[in-house]
Amino acid sequence: MFKVDLTIKIAGEAGQGLQAIGGLLSRLFARKGYHVFANQVVQSRVRGGHNWFAIRIADRPVHSPSFKTDILVALDAESSCHSRELDKDSIVIFDSRQAAFPAGTGRMLDVPMAELASKAGGNKLMVNTVAASLVLGLLNFDSGEFFAFLAQSFGKKDKETGETNVKVARAGYDFARKLTPAVKTTDVSRPAGKPKMLVGGSEAVALGALAAGCQFISAYPMSPSTGIMTYLASQADLCHIVVEQSEDEVASINMAVGASFAGVRAMTASSGGGFALMVEGLSLAGMVETPIVVILAQRPAPATGLPTRTAQEDLLFAIHAGHGEFPRVVMAPADIEGCFYATARAFNLADKYRIPVIILTDQLLADSFVTIDALHPEKIRIQRYLMAEGELEQAKDYKSFLLTPSGVSPRALPGNPYCFVTADSDEHDEYGRITEDLDEMRPRMVEKRNRKTKGLLRELKGPSWYGSRNAKEVLVGWGSTYGALKEAVDALQAGGVNVALAHFEDLWPMDKRHFEFLKKVRLAVVAENNFTGQLANLITRVTGVAMDRRISKYDGLPFTAQEVVDAYKDLRKKGGRR
Amino acid sequence: MRPEDLGNFETAWCPGCGNFSILDALKDALVKLDIDMHKTVFVSGIGQAAKEPQYLNCNFFNGLHGRAIPAAAGIKLANKDLHVIVTSGDGDIYGEGGNHFIHAIRRNIDITVIVHDNQIYGLTKGQASPTSDLGFVTKVQPHGVINEPVHPLAMAIALGAGFVARSFSGDKAHLSSMIQQAVVFKGFSLVDVLQPCVTFNKKNNFAWYKQRIQPLPQDYDAHNKTLAFEMALRWGDAIPVGVIYRDGRPAYEDACGLMTEKSILSQGPDPSKLTRILQEFF
Repeated sequence: MFKVDLTIKIAGEAGQGLQAIGGLLSRLFARKGYHVFANQVVQSRVRGGHNWFAIRIADRPVHSPSFKTDILVALDAESSCHSRELDKDSIVIFDSRQAAFPAGTGRMLDVPMAELASKAGGNKLMVNTVAASLVLGLLNFDSGEFFAFLAQSFGKKDKETGETNVKVARAGYDFARKLTPAVKTTDVSRPAGKPKMLVGGSEAVALGALAAGCQFISAYPMSPSTGIMTYLASQADLCHIVVEQSEDEVASINMAVGASFAGVRAMTASSGGGFALMVEGLSLAGMVETPIVVILAQRPAPATGLPTRTAQEDLLFAIHAGHGEFPRVVMAPADIEGCFYATARAFNLADKYRIPVIILTDQLLADSFVTIDALHPEKIRIQRYLMAEGELEQAKDYKSFLLTPSGVSPRALPGNPYCFVTADSDEHDEYGRITEDLDEMRPRMVEKRNRKTKGLLRELKGPSWYGSRNAKEVLVGWGSTYGALKEAVDALQAGGVNVALAHFEDLWPMDKRHFEFLKKVRLAVVAENNFTGQLANLITRVTGVAMDRRISKYDGLPFTAQEVVDAYKDLRKKGGRR
Repeated sequence: MRPEDLGNFETAWCPGCGNFSILDALKDALVKLDIDMHKTVFVSGIGQAAKEPQYLNCNFFNGLHGRAIPAAAGIKLANKDLHVIVTSGDGDIYGEGGNHFIHAIRRNIDITVIVHDNQIYGLTKGQASPTSDLGFVTKVQPHGVINEPVHPLAMAIALGAGFVARSFSGDKAHLSSMIQQAVVFKGFSLVDVLQPCVTFNKKNNFAWYKQRIQPLPQDYDAHNKTLAFEMALRWGDAIPVGVIYRDGRPAYEDACGLMTEKSILSQGPDPSKLTRILQEFF
């Protein structure tokens, strides 16, 4: 198990700079070689409310939040709601002159943070810096490294701000060091490994797109998907990528399909409501057989739902979205590193089969940051499946929708000097011209488009398996729950339960053959961040096996391992097959 | 290029439809421009007008109803070396695609939008369109249209369109000239083409338009925005045709700085940059 597993929670109002200190601490621990998982829980507002930034620091990879809080920095009165996460060793840092914290479980450190900041020459906003330095002081984090990082990060704006921040940090750090003989904590003065990258989920998707050679994104801002477009905009000039903020999501997808038709790799991103508007365009991409990658960053719905919270409610929606029948791939990366590779793979699949590929992420992935040893763009081969110049020259009679055994027609781009390239949302013949030939062409075209599923079934992976192959019980999940489920399996195994995890990244098309494992287990439990059990129902539909043992969480927050363990144990007591 | 190179297709249009003369005028314009058809993409939505690209030997993207403009924008932004010409109807562009029309003008991407404006929905059999006149009676509007019609030219001028013209399907030479100027214009260009619908619009028929259309005065200054706005709103006994407004503001492709010389497509992606970018995450 863990030697180090420490959760620091910075809680306060929006506008107090929680993200700034949270980001700073996360980065410092990543540099020190620790595994970090940081997530933000915020209300859908710009100022006020009660928000927090949780940083979990461990000596092993972690991908989910922990229920327990070891160090709570309480910057507002509402932070007392975290009292239930504290145990007797937990530390609460607060400033009673600014916001009181009720006495209770844990060790209370009432620190005059505002006063420390102002005495050191800082302003009110630098309470942030004091808070960070108190945490680092208590943990005996190397002060030199900390101050150098501060000077560098804040010094980017202007040197003076950098220097003031270091002064304020020194005051906080020294204050904490004086407390440490009395307040025992974990010591993090020694590096835990090589420096690691700290990457956010939206960034990972964007980086995956860049690695795949994506050159076009049109999107409309919508939490929690906006970070993708924002990151790509920051690299647009360097990477020759058009980032267009569209007037609505209908435009987003139609622009992207247009750009893809013209020949560049194109994507769009939204959350459930925006994706709902894109559905017509998704069907268009299926009909005109134009590759496109759509990121659907899920949040709790229906309608506007909870814009800044997390859910896995759109699996069945993604699989069924679009009028008419056309193949598409739906995948849901398990973690932030997976977002990078899944996005890159999505572009190759979209091009190979001339189809839309949907990637399901969610607020947990999008707004979290995790340490990664390294991302390997060199492992990504860009495969465009376009006709070569020589082939085009030969093709006297090019047909954009040539009927082929695989269902995939050779693809040319408009602008070539040899042939005309067409796309028609009406039913069309092989030349892409409108047809109402119901005897021949319509059925042939339906079959051609849907024939692609055969090839796709060969491409898509079965579940990743964690735990013993002979396990008699299995926990089943998909997408971002991976981290929590894996930890839950560890904990259950430690408690003597022979359980494994079957976790799905590739979700559609779904292959019956990937469910052989269900025959070998006595109990299968599906855990999902939704109410109705969407994956469970889908598995039943595809395999005919009833999946009625379920763990559902739909309060807008991600699973913690402990919750899964508790729910799993309850289900076991009930017993029964599956 | 010769007119016959553009092909001669059987159409799904009603005999006597204004679309025939619009297609003829378009062909004439393409021939006169001696445009490279392989470097041209026609984009349309849905409706009888939107079928026009089907009847040309050309690259085309016949997209969704109302969504021609965003698809055209995507095509142009990906490959600015292509001429991108949208040809669709008044319902498609001003109704279903109204929001895209508004924002495409703001973007000022170098595309030409030719709207076959017959003030009616033809393919769905005769409902009011956004440009139908007040009081116009249809099966769905039995007491007459009560919605104020859209004034597409005034709207385009107000939004900052750089080239705004109106023509009439019954005057092929004029229409060809408008299309030619629109295609050559660098930036968003709109040609609103008045067109009779012989089947469903018994009010605004060929004679109705013919009596009303009037060329712009000899000394008309198309750069005068206030005057142009006033001219664009004129409707009724006299309907002006011609280049109502012309302005020179930079097209999106020139303003964005990403494709000043080469198109995004020909620049290609550069994943090698990623190695450097990834270092920023340590």
